[in-house]
Amino acid sequence: MVEQVAQMVVHGEAWTMKDLFVLPNEYVYWSIQIVLYPYMTGLVAGAFVLSSLYHVFGVEKLKEIARFALVFSFALLPTAMMPLMLHLQQPLRGIHVMMTPHFTSAISAFGIVFMTYACIVGAEIWFVYRKFIVESIERLGSKAKRSAIESLLLPIYKLISLGARDISPEAIHADHKATKILAGIGIPVACFLHGYAGFIFGSVKANALWMTPLMPVIFIMSAVVSGIALCIISYAIFMELRKWAARRGKNWLLPDALVHGEMTVSEKQLREVQEHEVTMTSKYLLMFMVLAITLELLDIIFRGYTAVKSWDILRDVIYEHDFVKIFVLQYGIGNALPFLMLLIPGITTRRACLACIFVLFGVLMMRWNVVIGGQAFSLTFKGFMHYTLPIIPHDIETFKEGLGGCLLVGSAPFVIFYFINMIFPAFYSEEEEAH
Amino acid sequence: MKRRDFMKNALVFVSGASISASALEFIDPKKVLADNPDLRWAFLVDTHKCVGCGFCVKACKTENDIPMGANVTRTWVERYVTKKDGKTVSDSPKGALNGFTNKKIDQNHSGMLEVPDEDIAQAFFVPKLCNHCEIPACVQVCPVGATYSTKDGVVLVDRKWCIGCGYCIMGCPYGVRFFHPTEHVADKCTFCYHRISKGGNTACAQACPFEARRIGNLRDPNDPVAKAVLNQRVGILRDEYGTKPQVYYLGLNKEVH
Repeated sequence: MVEQVAQMVVHGEAWTMKDLFVLPNEYVYWSIQIVLYPYMTGLVAGAFVLSSLYHVFGVEKLKEIARFALVFSFALLPTAMMPLMLHLQQPLRGIHVMMTPHFTSAISAFGIVFMTYACIVGAEIWFVYRKFIVESIERLGSKAKRSAIESLLLPIYKLISLGARDISPEAIHADHKATKILAGIGIPVACFLHGYAGFIFGSVKANALWMTPLMPVIFIMSAVVSGIALCIISYAIFMELRKWAARRGKNWLLPDALVHGEMTVSEKQLREVQEHEVTMTSKYLLMFMVLAITLELLDIIFRGYTAVKSWDILRDVIYEHDFVKIFVLQYGIGNALPFLMLLIPGITTRRACLACIFVLFGVLMMRWNVVIGGQAFSLTFKGFMHYTLPIIPHDIETFKEGLGGCLLVGSAPFVIFYFINMIFPAFYSEEEEAH
Repeated sequence: MKRRDFMKNALVFVSGASISASALEFIDPKKVLADNPDLRWAFLVDTHKCVGCGFCVKACKTENDIPMGANVTRTWVERYVTKKDGKTVSDSPKGALNGFTNKKIDQNHSGMLEVPDEDIAQAFFVPKLCNHCEIPACVQVCPVGATYSTKDGVVLVDRKWCIGCGYCIMGCPYGVRFFHPTEHVADKCTFCYHRISKGGNTACAQACPFEARRIGNLRDPNDPVAKAVLNQRVGILRDEYGTKPQVYYLGLNKEVH
């Protein structure tokens, strides 16, 4: 009866290796892009929460980084959608999620929550930068000779000012009030945005590893942790670039220069600001890390203690197959190590940044261990599936859901930030303006 | 407005409102137009009769255009071998597309496992397919409503609307769903809806030489499947998930879920 037929690779087969008894249709269907999806959403939400700490709770110490975090969160926003588009088998139909949402599905909330969130971040940036926009229109408009970039910026500013050019003290006061309200609404929405990403996994009853009501909370905490960590690193990197530019008297990468037409900050000033902001933010990072780790450990302990039917296979996955990924890479290098690094007194920018890189790696590993780990065992509870990330692509699928697609998504926010920063300078501060 | 008028108007309003609300209840358009209370498709698998020939898998792939060379299938057959020490090993090489032609158990990456005949306590085959659940997890999680339940109890996928997110594949506790290799949308068994709704049989049931697979109507008291479900000791798969599956098994063993 055995016939020779042309073999056809089905989705998931390229990176899945089955072991023991696995059902014929089972593959690692949700691969690297679904690891990145909650990771990127988490970064968006985390960056926003960091900026809100200043806007809502008035944590003055975080003022400088808050503005940067807000703009960076805006730049991260479109990239949170990228992994989904790269993952969908029918990317052109992705818009159906927003147009014909089926409300019993956790994913259908995406359209509403994501758009609400985008509107809030967009509006908040608008209120924060309205004064700057109006001033820029006046400054650029009064210039007799405009450079190419300035002639491009002027109509953009005119457009995004939406005609609201009143910058009287009352109007500015109203702006501040609006910012505060928006940031206040934004925190629960940001948490919801990410909590629902956790809910997407936590509500899958067919998956023994995913199904826990703790999942959304764990996701929110690790989101805030990763968002803050990324902001600290990016802030430090951009400040380094600014210092580097300041030393050479270069104008580019220095929005202050665009504003004032000349350098107003010295390298020393920049260094002081950077040290202060980075070390202060690290303290908040520590707090959220404690919460995140506590919840994750609670989850594992609870599973081991209650030991329901699925625990046999989960124990194999957690303590044997994924031991290195979970306990060495995620908890060891990603949690314990940076925790100690941040805890040791006398923190410096360099140490904080290094710790933050470990934190980011740890959160990425956590997403990996949830998404890939959740598919590492068969529904039969008698077999395993091993996932290998496609490094060298041999078709569009292995590019999209391989290292290539991964790097594409990872680098996108920085590219977007570079352009957004030209319009909304993330490092511009009103005090400098008063000089 | 006088108090008397107010009371009068309020009474008219409340009674009027309650009448119209109850009218909506009376003429639920869904029930009037689409509900077919005389038909509920269900499937009966008699595991005692299955010999693991794989004809059903081949017939299904041919009928429903699932490429033979693709390692996904709408229906498959599992083999269970219980040894005298109480341990069970199982496999389903290529979903049993070519039947079980080898005594060795396919353990995928761990290779072929040989179980000597004298060690075997019992061995049997279990055909699997979509359970067409009454409360389908896949329908619940589909973000665009591309997968849906028909009124006669079949769960279908709209190939023109599916976005290919894979959430239904993740949500199904039975692993019956997969991405169609050429259509690039979620796919699964339809109970051969195109055949049964015209009075035909499912491809797999028709191909089965031993009547191990049968489709029937649970609402018809004279239907052999309905009778078996009512009068015999049948089991269902993974009832702990609360999906109320509609594929019933005769001779279901504890190892099978």
